[in-house]
Amino acid sequence: MNNLAPSSEVLAGAPTKVVEIIDLEKRFGDRVILNRVSLDLYEKENLVVLGRSGSGKSVLIKCMVGLLKADGGSINVLGYQVPLLSVHELNELRLQVGFSFQGSALYDSMTIRQNLEFPLKRNLRIFDQEVLNEKVMQALKDVGLENTVDMNPDELSGGMKKRIGIARTLILKPKIMLYDEPTSGLDPVTASEINELILQVRDTYHTASIIITHDISCARQVSDRMVALIRGESKLQGTFDELRGRNDEDLKHFFNY
Amino acid sequence: MTIPKTLIGIADVYKFIVRFFRSALVPPYEWREIGNQCYAQGNQSLFLITFTSFLAGVVFTKQSQPSLASFGAESWLPSLVSQAVVRSLGPLITGLICAGKLGSNMGAELGSMQVTEQIDAMEVSGTRPFSYLVVTRIVSATLMLPILVIYADCVALLGSFVMVNAFNDSSFLLFFNEVAERITYLDVFGSLIKSAFFGLAIGTISTYAGYHSDKGTTGVGKAANTAVVISMISVFIIDLLTLQVLNFFR
Repeated sequence: MNNLAPSSEVLAGAPTKVVEIIDLEKRFGDRVILNRVSLDLYEKENLVVLGRSGSGKSVLIKCMVGLLKADGGSINVLGYQVPLLSVHELNELRLQVGFSFQGSALYDSMTIRQNLEFPLKRNLRIFDQEVLNEKVMQALKDVGLENTVDMNPDELSGGMKKRIGIARTLILKPKIMLYDEPTSGLDPVTASEINELILQVRDTYHTASIIITHDISCARQVSDRMVALIRGESKLQGTFDELRGRNDEDLKHFFNY
Repeated sequence: MTIPKTLIGIADVYKFIVRFFRSALVPPYEWREIGNQCYAQGNQSLFLITFTSFLAGVVFTKQSQPSLASFGAESWLPSLVSQAVVRSLGPLITGLICAGKLGSNMGAELGSMQVTEQIDAMEVSGTRPFSYLVVTRIVSATLMLPILVIYADCVALLGSFVMVNAFNDSSFLLFFNEVAERITYLDVFGSLIKSAFFGLAIGTISTYAGYHSDKGTTGVGKAANTAVVISMISVFIIDLLTLQVLNFFR
C-alpha cells in the first residue's frame, strides 16, 4: 500500500521526512535483534547509526530495503510502507535507495564498466553505448576513479572497491543512501577519504543518508545527527556533541570518556 | 536434521520451484543471458563429454564383442551398441558429467555471490537477480542437455565404430546403417526428453544450493558439494522413472 501524499510537514515548509521507522522489531529465532527501534531521517541529512558489532545496525538497514522482513513495527521510506509492498513496488522503491555494502559487493565476474552498466541496462533499459559510457564515466568521476573503468574488481584496493560500490549506486541517482560500515577495514587516511566522499555525495546528489558504523571518527566527520543503537534498541539521539556530552555508560567506549 | 527442519526445507524447495516457473514464464525474458549461459555450459562440458563418451563407446563394444562372438552374433554388435548408447549410456554419461561439472560450477558461483553479498546487491538495486542468475541457468541447462546428449551419442558411436573396425574391417556406412536401422523414434525422443529432465533437475538443484548457501567460506564448499551429490542422485532417479514410463510405449 502506497502513501504518496505529501505530509503536513512538507506543506508547512519543515524539513521533509524521508524515512520514518516506528517500533521496528526483528528476531532471528528466539534472539531479539531489534527491539522497538524508532528513528527518522530528513532530506539532505546524514544520520549516523552508531553501535557495537552485533547490535543490529546492518539488520536495521536491510529491513529498510526489504532484504529482511521485519517482525513488527512500521517502516516508511519515501512514502512507501516497506513491509506491505509487493515485489514490483519494492523494486520501484529500491531504485530510489542506494545501498553501499560493507564488503563493496562488486560483481567479480564483471569489469568495473560492466558493474556500473548493469543497473542501467536492467532497470532503466538503457542500451545506447554512448549514453552508458557517459553515465559510467560521470559516476566514476564523482568518486575520483575514472581510470579504473576497464579494470576487474580484484585489481582494486579495499578503498577503491568501496568507492566503486558507491558509484554503482549513485549511477541510478538515488534519493536515499544507506552505507553499511563504510570505513571498516580501511586505514585512517583512506577512511577519511571515504568520509569526505559521503559528504560530497550528499552535497552533489542531495541525498539523505543513513551511515551504519562503529567508527567514532567516521561518525564525527559525516554526521548531522546520530542514533545510538544499544542492544537492539535506539537509545539515544542527537548531534555528535550532544551524545558525547551525555556521559552515557553505554557510549563511553566510543567516546573514550 | 529434525522433522520440522526437513519440512521447512521441502517447503523452501517447493517455493523455489514455483518462483522459477513464475519468473521463467512471465516477461521480461532474459534471452541474451540464456544464450551466454548455453554457450558457457556447453563449452564447459564439451571436452569431458567427448572424452568419456568416446571411451564408453570403445569399452562397451570391446566388452560386448566376445559375448556376441561366442553365439556367432558378432554382426549384431552395431545394433546392440546403438540401442545401449542412445537409450541409456549417452544420456547417463552426459547427465553425470553435467551434474559434476555444471552442478559444482553453479553451486559454487552462486554460493560465493551469496557469501559476498553480490546477490543482495543485485536485489537492492532492483535488478531481479533470481531471473538473471537462477532462471537463465536452469533454462539453459534444460536446453543444453539434450543437445549434449545427441553429441555424446554420436561420439560414443564413433568410438564403437573404431573398436568394431579394429576387430574386422567394417565400413563406416555399413556400421551406421545398422545403427540407424535399430534405433526408433521413441528411443531418440525418449532419450532427449529424459535428458531435458536431467538438465532441469541439475539446474534447479544446483542453483537452489548456491542461492541458499550458508554464509562463510564453508557455505560455498557445502553448496557445491550438495549441488553435485544431489544432482547425481537425481539423474539416476529420473533415469529409472523415465525408463518405466517409456516401457509403457514399447
